[in-house]
Amino acid sequence: MSVVLRLGDDASPADRAVITRRLLERGVPVSHRRDAGERPDQVAAGLDQEPAPAAAVPARWKPWFPVIDYSRCTNCMQCLSFCLFDVYGVSADRKIQVQNQSNCKTECPACSRVCPEVAIMFPKYRHAPINGDEVQADDLRREAMKVDISALLGGDIYSMLKDRSAKAKSRFSKERDDDRALKERQNCLITLQKDLGVPPEVLAALPSPQEILAKAETARQRALAATAAIAEADLQVRPTGTVETDLQVRLTQD
Amino acid sequence: MTDRILYCHCAYAKVVPADVKTAVLEGLSEAGVEFDAVPDLCELAAHDGSRLRELAAGGPLRIAACYPRAVRWLFTSAQASLPDAGVRIWNMRLEQAAAVVDGLLGQGDGPAEAGHYVGAGPAEAGHYGGTNVESGFSRTSEPSIRRTGPEEPPR
Repeated sequence: MSVVLRLGDDASPADRAVITRRLLERGVPVSHRRDAGERPDQVAAGLDQEPAPAAAVPARWKPWFPVIDYSRCTNCMQCLSFCLFDVYGVSADRKIQVQNQSNCKTECPACSRVCPEVAIMFPKYRHAPINGDEVQADDLRREAMKVDISALLGGDIYSMLKDRSAKAKSRFSKERDDDRALKERQNCLITLQKDLGVPPEVLAALPSPQEILAKAETARQRALAATAAIAEADLQVRPTGTVETDLQVRLTQD
Repeated sequence: MTDRILYCHCAYAKVVPADVKTAVLEGLSEAGVEFDAVPDLCELAAHDGSRLRELAAGGPLRIAACYPRAVRWLFTSAQASLPDAGVRIWNMRLEQAAAVVDGLLGQGDGPAEAGHYVGAGPAEAGHYGGTNVESGFSRTSEPSIRRTGPEEPPR
């Protein structure tokens, strides 16, 4: 639904502005046109008959989701590996992309903080450069902006995920030390909350440790498949005898 | 050809000052110009890419919204990449309402019409020397280049 307001003498500019704002706050796009549309006074009368916005408009989805700056993105897939909510996916041409915006947790900018290239924006975030402000050299250096996922996990992400998986199996299937596992998880969540600005509601919605490991493994497989496909495509166009990319070296190590 | 004007109300967040939004709407209404106002560009990008594609493909466009880098890639995320030329973006999070209105109406110094990223005027600390939007992953070697493109003459 949208409304076209006809420009003319039948409403003052101030009234047209007010009507426009009221419509926008109801989620209705508005076009101002000279030779077409409804008379503003008639639209205003219609608005007056409607219930107040709070009662008329149910709680809407706050459009909160990552936006990728592809001029900075290196397609490293760390965001895909990191996000537990399947927000990210890979396009047919093997590029990382945001595929499930509504899965994103409102006010959570964590993936933008793990992006090593500061390529992920949340336009409704308060602070730069996550809000889309230009990236400065200081941003790249600032440790808080670049919580290295490798550091979070203690080293190379993929090998550490393997280690974590192995340790978790040991912890959960052999020792069955639930208290210790819970304490470790809580410590990890506190770190996440502090370093990445993850809202408590998001932490509360996180899956269980076992589910996290399973999701991380799934995400890892998706990221590996995507990066392998990219590496393969790269090899096909690369002349023989050239230096391997970091990506290929990593894949070889895996 | 007259530039089209697009106003984003950023209705679902409080990051754009309400007084700026109100003053910009009043300024546009006062000028009696044709313009399009949308509740929230982010929401459009997520749910109605076709509308963004119409806006992106319709010729010269002046946008009042938020950070130009975010706006431009938001359009791209909806498969509605903005053209390299003919698009100017004013940042209502940083700029004064009067400057935004003057810019939208072509009466003041607006952001330079950059090849890709359009700066947000003097209030913004640095401008980005972007690269080819369509090619995806090529990255500029210097991320904080201040863009010094030609200013558009007043209409």
